[in-house]
Amino acid sequence: MRRSLFGRTWPNAVAVVLFVFFVFPVYWMVATSFKKDTDIISSTPVFLPLNGTLQHFTRAFHSQGFWTLVLDSITVTSLSVICSLAIALLAAFAVTRMRFKGRKAFLLVIMIAQMAPWEVMVIAVYMIVRDSNMLNSLVPLTAFYMMMVLPFTILTLRGFIAAVPKELEESAMVDGCSRRQAFVKVVLPLLAPGLMATSLFGFITAWNEYPLVLVLNKESAQTLPLWLTQFQTNFGDDWGATMAASTVFALPILVVFFILQRKAVGGLTAGAVKG
Amino acid sequence: MTVQSEGVQTHSPRSGSAGGPKAPALKRNRGGSGAGRLSRATPYLLLLPATLATLVLLGYPAVKIVLISFQKLNMFELIQHVTVWNGFQNYTDQLTSAEFWHTAERSVFFTLANVVLIMLIGSLVGLLLNRLGKRMRLFLSVALILAWAMPVVAATTVYQWLFDSQFGVVDWFLSAFGWHSMAHYNWFSTQLSTFAVITLLITWMSIPFVALTMYAGLTTIPGELYEAARMDGAGTWKSFRFVTFPALKPFFLGTTFLEVIWIFKAFTQVLAINQGGPDRLTETLPVYSFVEGVGNQHYGVGAAIAVLTILILLALTAYYLRIILKQEDEL
Repeated sequence: MRRSLFGRTWPNAVAVVLFVFFVFPVYWMVATSFKKDTDIISSTPVFLPLNGTLQHFTRAFHSQGFWTLVLDSITVTSLSVICSLAIALLAAFAVTRMRFKGRKAFLLVIMIAQMAPWEVMVIAVYMIVRDSNMLNSLVPLTAFYMMMVLPFTILTLRGFIAAVPKELEESAMVDGCSRRQAFVKVVLPLLAPGLMATSLFGFITAWNEYPLVLVLNKESAQTLPLWLTQFQTNFGDDWGATMAASTVFALPILVVFFILQRKAVGGLTAGAVKG
Repeated sequence: MTVQSEGVQTHSPRSGSAGGPKAPALKRNRGGSGAGRLSRATPYLLLLPATLATLVLLGYPAVKIVLISFQKLNMFELIQHVTVWNGFQNYTDQLTSAEFWHTAERSVFFTLANVVLIMLIGSLVGLLLNRLGKRMRLFLSVALILAWAMPVVAATTVYQWLFDSQFGVVDWFLSAFGWHSMAHYNWFSTQLSTFAVITLLITWMSIPFVALTMYAGLTTIPGELYEAARMDGAGTWKSFRFVTFPALKPFFLGTTFLEVIWIFKAFTQVLAINQGGPDRLTETLPVYSFVEGVGNQHYGVGAAIAVLTILILLALTAYYLRIILKQEDEL
């Protein structure tokens, strides 16, 4: 269908406007973090930090306990994601490949669990953790983050496992593999992209989590989101350092997301948003 | 009982060579791997870790929040480790307080406004993606993915900087392009303008998900359907109304309700951007529960607000939940 010049131009024009709208905040974060202080507080904003500086990053890196926070965040995030993957893999396999009583009930519970409003349950979690004398520790944080991402992981993995043809597994078993061997040697390698995509969303959730760590770990064993919100209070109007801190926090997610997103979006639509 | 490892051979219909005598076994292997009682227990063993985790880490807190909501639990009770039950006191206090109803009303309105904006603009962007050329589509997708991937806390901080009253680029932009009274405008000084910033932040973060899933959905609709619609004389609107919309109805339904859930319980954005201020006027229910419960150390009250919040959320999503429960048959 041929369209008029106008009909061909306006979608591109709108796309450019939208591009600016969506990219600008991210760009502004990165740009500000490289700007000299004089450029940050100039009355006309400097849009291109041509003679930039790294001093804001230095300041962020040298702030009290920064590297401990990074380590804590990485530990909590990766442990919770790995645990939830392991648990979810077992459950998802049972649910997709086996027929048994209680299967539907289990899936329903998981679907409801996926919608659990953690944000308003922090008071209960606080009491439970406090009563077990585990405040200011990474252990309960890891456990609850694992639970936060578990339902999503199960439902998404279920989609990925269902996509692996059953015949592959069966022919491996014909060739003499046990069911477990067939799973480990045939299904698991095929699941690798699915596992990566699923873990990406788990990673983002755990890396970002704020309400729970805010309540549980007020004194120690804190993570980066908490630091970032406090960084701003602690450093006042030092927007350069605050933006450098935000950039450091956001960068790993942005990079990983970019690499994995195509598979991830497919998995998300297949598994989680099944209307 | 034939407890040998016959499961291995009989699983595949194609292993027909071994078929004849072992045909009856085919029926049994629906249950899973070979061996009798163990195989019947296998699925339950596989589900055990997930079930345990859900019970302990989600079920217990869910019960606990209800229990706490019937207690008087302030700083004193917390430190002394005493349990004081006070019946429905916390609930009656909340349900008769104007503050609670204002917050509830605010929350619902805030959620609806955001969801409508996100679904409307998100769908339009999805349709636009479908219409763009390949290169332009990639270009826009990159921007959408950037905004989507941006961590909430980082995004909130960046929006505070964008809308800063002294050196914020938004105020500069508005005043440079003619709206001079907006120079050094303090966005966080009034309820409406604070909500405007929160709404912009939330829509900015949420539109990409809707747009990209919408686009993914659009690519699955066969072109012949549009062809046929056009031959029947349908214009742009009609082919959307009668081809696109019915095909993507599950998408619209699912996404809308997911957005309702996500936005109604949005916590980080609302709390971190202005601590619910000015004068607690931008507190939504989850933030209200947090400020009353954890902030003011009235944990019982906070728990009651939390339970009421969950009930309102259930009411808002009842329609969707019913569909999920009904689709049980296809699970």
